Amino acid sequence: MNMREKILTMIEKNSKIGVKEISVMLGEEELAVANELKAMEEEGVICGYHTLIDWEKTSIEKVSALIEVRVTPQRGQGFDNIAERIYNYPEVNAVYLISGGYDLLVTLEGKSLKEVSSFVSQKLSTLETVLSTATHFILKKYKDHGTVLCKKYEDERELITP
Amino acid sequence: MRNPLADEVIKIKPSGIRKFFDIVSEMKDAISLGVGEPDFDTPWHIRDEGIYSLEKGKTHYTSNAGLIELREEICRYLHRRFHVDYDPKKETLITVGGSEAIDIGLRAMLNPGEEVLIPQPSYVSYEPCTILAGGKPVIINLKAENEFRLTAQEVLDAVTEKTKLLILPFPNNPTGAIMEQADLEAVAKVCIEKDIYVMSDEIYAELTYKEQHVSIASLPRMKERTLLINGFSKSHAMTGWRLGYVCGPAAIIEQMTKIHQFAIMCAPTMSQHAAVDAMKNGDADVEMMREAYDQRRRFLLNAFREMGLECFEPYGAFYVFPCIKEFGMTSDEFANRFLQEEKVAVVPGTAFGDSGEGFLRISYAYSIEKLEVAMGKLEHFITKLRAEKQS
Repeated sequence: MNMREKILTMIEKNSKIGVKEISVMLGEEELAVANELKAMEEEGVICGYHTLIDWEKTSIEKVSALIEVRVTPQRGQGFDNIAERIYNYPEVNAVYLISGGYDLLVTLEGKSLKEVSSFVSQKLSTLETVLSTATHFILKKYKDHGTVLCKKYEDERELITP
Repeated sequence: MRNPLADEVIKIKPSGIRKFFDIVSEMKDAISLGVGEPDFDTPWHIRDEGIYSLEKGKTHYTSNAGLIELREEICRYLHRRFHVDYDPKKETLITVGGSEAIDIGLRAMLNPGEEVLIPQPSYVSYEPCTILAGGKPVIINLKAENEFRLTAQEVLDAVTEKTKLLILPFPNNPTGAIMEQADLEAVAKVCIEKDIYVMSDEIYAELTYKEQHVSIASLPRMKERTLLINGFSKSHAMTGWRLGYVCGPAAIIEQMTKIHQFAIMCAPTMSQHAAVDAMKNGDADVEMMREAYDQRRRFLLNAFREMGLECFEPYGAFYVFPCIKEFGMTSDEFANRFLQEEKVAVVPGTAFGDSGEGFLRISYAYSIEKLEVAMGKLEHFITKLRAEKQS
């Protein structure tokens, strides 16, 4: 792995890590690491520094859903136009173009079941290029972004071993 | 009633680590940097193979030497990674951890009174296993100024007519020292001249952070006088599976297999099936873990530098071995006070031989977050010690 890949691997797991710490751990100059980070931000390789939150453990109610969307592609536009119509809604978390039985996978977060269903029925389904939708509500998140949410890591090892 | 015990066994000192373990386990909230095994769990695809083998009812003995499929994979791996070639049928034996290979290797090779050169600081079992096999341990005290590498001169100085075997424990636990090609060539020359066999314990071979590990068995004329010991514990985070292997001249492996057959029968079957997958599909996991260890290693060395604690740069295993001589206390005293006052457990260097005096073994098989907390406490502690010394 080159320095860029190593930095990305580190900050993908821990966006809180500082430039100095990265440089120590990789054995690189601090300035070199800072420049690389800046370059990757400018190139859009790094798109943000987010926090992984298990909302289940808070008092804030949230409902997440995955929605399969079948659409009619438009001449000259393909799927891009319709994808943009959908991703502009702030409640939409992610929009992916998918191979297989349907076209777009939309993930959505709302305050309640009702809020999500009304978004689907009133906004998403009514778009003229949308042929059909199938909504799946998420009941429990076991693992998200490579992190297991439902279980805490415990060190099973003996305290001192040769 | 007469004494039920064997005199030779009673004479053997219990491991210095044990004493310390008892103190630490009394303390509830202690942070330990004293563990000699990976913090990573075994990669899931390897565990999955173990589970699958149980589901398929592969719950019987294997051949004494181990599954031929696993022996073949091991030989392919040793060729691929370390450029040594062994015959899976006659020169390879699957053991219960590298530890068993050490034990039965010594038992197969030693006649009463024959001498075994044991460089120290090193793993705790070479000396007692030599005694139990009827041999005579001859300790070579490795020096800090050589970064705890073994020199040809040190071997020459220790050789007598009775010397049969040299134990070569690199990459080293507890110092983290490695032997590079040139170091090995010098030692190999002496071994050939003096007709000494080598037991090369390469359990940490995958964990080197400079150049790739070189096996002494890959040097000219050394394969015929070397037992190469390795295993899955450190490289693939499989300590609890108890699986290792030994490769060497067919005549020695044959006799070791005999002892193994009578004492053990065969290594655990489930572990062997899982290990086939580790050999076939585990290279990326090894690489990922090595990179993580390397980052922590740099982190610790930088922390030592910032607090002015003397430490040579170790390029192997997952230990650093800082020097604490400036504080004018023994390793034992330092480790005990550090534990009592800061609740951090490290292992005194003396647990690995007298030449470990003045040093501590600190393991970095821990998350960066944990190491960060522990380094804060170490800095606090040594600042206090320096202030004490001033007044």
